[in-house]
Amino acid sequence: MISVLQPGFYTTIQDLGRKEYQHLGVPISGAMDHDAAKMANAILGNAEYCAVLEITMVGPKLQFDCDTVVSITGANLSPNLNGSVINSYAAININKGDVLSFGKPIKGFRTYLAVSEGFKVKEMLNSRSMYNNITQTSQLQKGDILKIVPKTHASNKFSSIKSNSDYLDNQTITVFKGPEFEYLNEAQIDQLFSNLFTISKENNRMAYQLDELVINNLDEIITSFVFPGTIQLTPSGKLIVLMRDCQTTGGYPRVLQLSEASINLLAQKMTGDKIRFKLQNYNI
Amino acid sequence: MIITLKFNDILNDFELQYKPFGEHSILIEWPQIISENILENVLTYKQNIEKYNFEQKVYVKSAYNSILITYDVAINNIYDEILVLKSLYLDIKDKNKVAFKLWKIPVCYDLEFGIDLEELSKEKNISILEIIKQHSKRNYRVYFLGFLPGFLYLGGLDNQLHFPRKSNPRLKVNKGSVAIGGSQTGIYPNESPGGWNIIGNTPLNLFNVKNQNPCFAQAGDQIQFISVSKREYTLIASKVEKNSYVLESEVLND
Repeated sequence: MISVLQPGFYTTIQDLGRKEYQHLGVPISGAMDHDAAKMANAILGNAEYCAVLEITMVGPKLQFDCDTVVSITGANLSPNLNGSVINSYAAININKGDVLSFGKPIKGFRTYLAVSEGFKVKEMLNSRSMYNNITQTSQLQKGDILKIVPKTHASNKFSSIKSNSDYLDNQTITVFKGPEFEYLNEAQIDQLFSNLFTISKENNRMAYQLDELVINNLDEIITSFVFPGTIQLTPSGKLIVLMRDCQTTGGYPRVLQLSEASINLLAQKMTGDKIRFKLQNYNI
Repeated sequence: MIITLKFNDILNDFELQYKPFGEHSILIEWPQIISENILENVLTYKQNIEKYNFEQKVYVKSAYNSILITYDVAINNIYDEILVLKSLYLDIKDKNKVAFKLWKIPVCYDLEFGIDLEELSKEKNISILEIIKQHSKRNYRVYFLGFLPGFLYLGGLDNQLHFPRKSNPRLKVNKGSVAIGGSQTGIYPNESPGGWNIIGNTPLNLFNVKNQNPCFAQAGDQIQFISVSKREYTLIASKVEKNSYVLESEVLND
């Protein structure tokens, strides 16, 4: 078991989400940065779909009441164990009674904590990802008790893997054409690919809005599909990049679609960060 | 890239567009029109795609005038996949009609629930009784589910009852609220913010996360609203809570 002494700013349990229920209007959810979550599991030898903690900017304070092994990936939020600095991208042995906490955010926005065999919260609709009205709670609260499987320490200590957090510095977001891209004119296309865009303060697990506007003369569409990575252009010219908790359908023109890797990268950006779009053509 | 396909059938003469949509999905689009004719075509095509034995796991969904096929693993050759999908559209000739259902949804239109009924009645110059009569008189087609878990996009609201969304959406609309927004009517499956005009409430669970199939209705089904008194509402609500309420339905064949 793990006791939540402090929940942090916005901490949730996530796995790779629930894909089978979109036809009923259920968002996919899942870790915002899939690669980091998968890596955290891989370091411990877990299956990739094991549930991890997604920690946003200000980390929680957690106490373990059993031995286990953990790993931390994604953003660097200065993790420490009983007050001593620990490494990310490495398997860390935990003793009963240890307290894991986080400090100053150094780089990136979301960090992932995996435990041996994953967090054993109840599965709802084939996933442990927290989402309002699907799971009982939608974020960690002070005093929560999280079930984990006690694990004796690995005899041959895992060697830490080479930290691959270099991607956090990347500003280039790779996109494909969205279904309504063909209705954009040259000036609009030029705006999309030559400007730098700033992450607005309206950013969360549902969507990231961008500050800079793009002239918009496109009609709305008859409600159709959207999914994580879809960029919608609103009547006021705002670009909205949909993220993991987004609705399943929408009526704004879908001008671009992020590559899978770029969704993970964008998940590490925060208010004020700059990005640039780069068009990749479909492989036909 | 857009590949268009013309398929001539006596009943169906739609020009479909096939578009890659990200690394994992293909979008099939019909003309930008909402019609039951297109819906039938969409649903039959969807059924054909669902029956096909793909090399990898796929997820198929339909909306008003589109189908989205999402592949578990990134698509290797989009052109090949589109050819496979097109061959499944041609199969549409062997019409295996999907069996749809008509669901009878109890709604209490008491002013305690229908908090916008008075305004609607005044603005539209129709009596509250007439609004209730019109709203519960006809069957509504479920085009698809989206927006929120268990939210049904329904077609067929009487022109007389069309009424614009509120300019200031409410921060909290109660679970089960039955409402009118523009030319649409719908049910809020859970408490949420919302801008539609609330005319009643159903005691049913539109989305029950504890069930393996959390929502009774599916795209293509029909809905009828049955007006019930406050007393009946309370009775049904307590049955729903005990899981002993049996929702009335009929199988539709035409």
